[in-house]
Amino acid sequence: MDTIPDTALKPEPVAETGMRARLPADLPQALDPRSPVARFGTDEPLPMDAGVLLAPFQIAYQTAGTLNAARSNAVLICHALTGDQHFAHTHPVTGKPGWWETLVGPGKPIDTDRYFVICSNVIGSCMGSTGPASIDPATDRPYGLDFPLVTIRDMVRAQAMLLDRLGIRDLFLCVGGSMGGMQVLQWAALYPERVFAALPIATGPRHSAQNIAFHEVGRQAIMADPAWADGRYLEAGTRPAKGLGVARMGAHITYLSEPALHRKFGRRFQGGSAPTFSFNADFQIESYLRHQGLSFVERFDANAYLYLTRAMDYFDLAEDHGGVLAKAFQGTKTRFCVISFTSDWLFPTSESRAIVHALNAASAPVAFVEVESDKGHDAFLLDEPTMFSAARGFIDAAARARGL
Amino acid sequence: MSGRDEAILGNAADSAPWDAAERLPHGTEAGGARVDHIVVLGLVPPGARVLDIGCGDGSLLALLRDRRGVDGRGIELSREGVNACLARGLPVIQGDADTDLANYPDDAFDVVVLSQTIQATRNPRIVLEHLLRIGRQVIISFPNFGHWRVRSELAFRGRMPVTEILPEAWYETQNIHHCTIRDFVGLCREIGARIEKATALDARGRPMRFSMPWWFWNLIGAQGVFLLRRGAPRD
Repeated sequence: MDTIPDTALKPEPVAETGMRARLPADLPQALDPRSPVARFGTDEPLPMDAGVLLAPFQIAYQTAGTLNAARSNAVLICHALTGDQHFAHTHPVTGKPGWWETLVGPGKPIDTDRYFVICSNVIGSCMGSTGPASIDPATDRPYGLDFPLVTIRDMVRAQAMLLDRLGIRDLFLCVGGSMGGMQVLQWAALYPERVFAALPIATGPRHSAQNIAFHEVGRQAIMADPAWADGRYLEAGTRPAKGLGVARMGAHITYLSEPALHRKFGRRFQGGSAPTFSFNADFQIESYLRHQGLSFVERFDANAYLYLTRAMDYFDLAEDHGGVLAKAFQGTKTRFCVISFTSDWLFPTSESRAIVHALNAASAPVAFVEVESDKGHDAFLLDEPTMFSAARGFIDAAARARGL
Repeated sequence: MSGRDEAILGNAADSAPWDAAERLPHGTEAGGARVDHIVVLGLVPPGARVLDIGCGDGSLLALLRDRRGVDGRGIELSREGVNACLARGLPVIQGDADTDLANYPDDAFDVVVLSQTIQATRNPRIVLEHLLRIGRQVIISFPNFGHWRVRSELAFRGRMPVTEILPEAWYETQNIHHCTIRDFVGLCREIGARIEKATALDARGRPMRFSMPWWFWNLIGAQGVFLLRRGAPRD
């Protein structure tokens, strides 16, 4: 799988039509996802950091593999900002293969022949777990901005409730990249006794000022779109496609790297060899970004994008522990493997090193690898043999230690 | 040579620093382990918390884990080395002795091991000070630039030495801070490190089993292995 599809290199109608997109009439996956759903009633509310008890709520999830009799082989995959539970399953909207089939599957480092793998859509998202596109029982209309602000810790608490529901006491492995990596760190800090091994990839212990800045640009693009309608677009029958598309275009640049962009696109023209002296997508990179914006709009909810970017912004694990990151992991028995990528400038290696240093200070067993790659932040989703071999070594050794 | 320097060396020799070598399990080379690793094995107490800096493919850590039941951690610069360690199930971080040691708290480990690495660091003195701060004991080994073959290469051929233990030419070696056994003893004195045990190994890494004064080891030892502890020298 590669984030840069062949279609990006072909001339597209995009160049003529700009940011118009064919939109689904609504977001069917948000309310009725094509995956199992765990429903929690008013007797089982989700306590949220915003100070609210969310009830009722639901969590959409997918699994692969089989839970063993001892219930000791469970793996929780935490997805990234715009990811979902379909890690090894055909996506119900895009029809694409699961987003982490590079790493997860029979015989893969996360071997579904050996482990029971779970991935749930995070709270606040739009693929079946309760979020701003869900119906607010108090008003009988979509929550919109009435939905409480979500944190990474809220996501993790909800996942823990899902595991309780599935009868899984503790995880053999908790793994994720980017925002998923934040959840892994939060899991290890919040429920250390429930995590045997943790594998945070391309992530950091907090969202940096630069990352908050990029997110804010994206949010402002959405809110500047008149079709956003103060967040009430689902009722208004509009969709802030332009705003969300621009947000995605900007964010997508941060997921790549200058060398990767240069290698894929350079300054090549789209369908010609000269500029058109217009604001059409002359350059291949422009066409590619527009394609990214358009295809994203078809599968993602604008308000969910606001909420999830905010959740990442608020994440600061050290701040939750008196400013000392090591205290988040004090006394932990979890074994860690931290992986970063040389060309990731969104979560640069220095962020991973901060995690590693804190784990060292807390005397936690930690391995750390910086993978040489020019593919930027998105490398964690791509074919990176060094990442696979590091993950395999760590996971196999952890499995031996757990007697799996 | 200054009188002060002589006094240190004489003093250390008086305290029989090579006794450790006599108690080492010399017959264990058949187990497949590197001989210099066996020397380190003989210095690490069972169940200790050990940090191996420049741990390579993790063979020493694995040996210490399997034979001494240590809680071992490693730091290694090369990706290949880190991957090999991960495959052995060893918690090893990709890092650099020059930059990463500052982040470890005091007394974090019972034993810190630095094998054949100090001569490749940018600031050996600061590295050594960190080792003594992080570990209650420090085991450090390095190629002895005072070895007679090194001296004869320089003295008679006028060339930078290329020997069994220093196999690379001057323009491609990682070793930027060569020292002799006596130089190292001098540095220990200067930063107040106590030499608890010391031994010299021959070019194949085997401990030399007879007691001799420092100048002799400095001439015929291919590498030095020291067990250090922070604190003033016993004089």
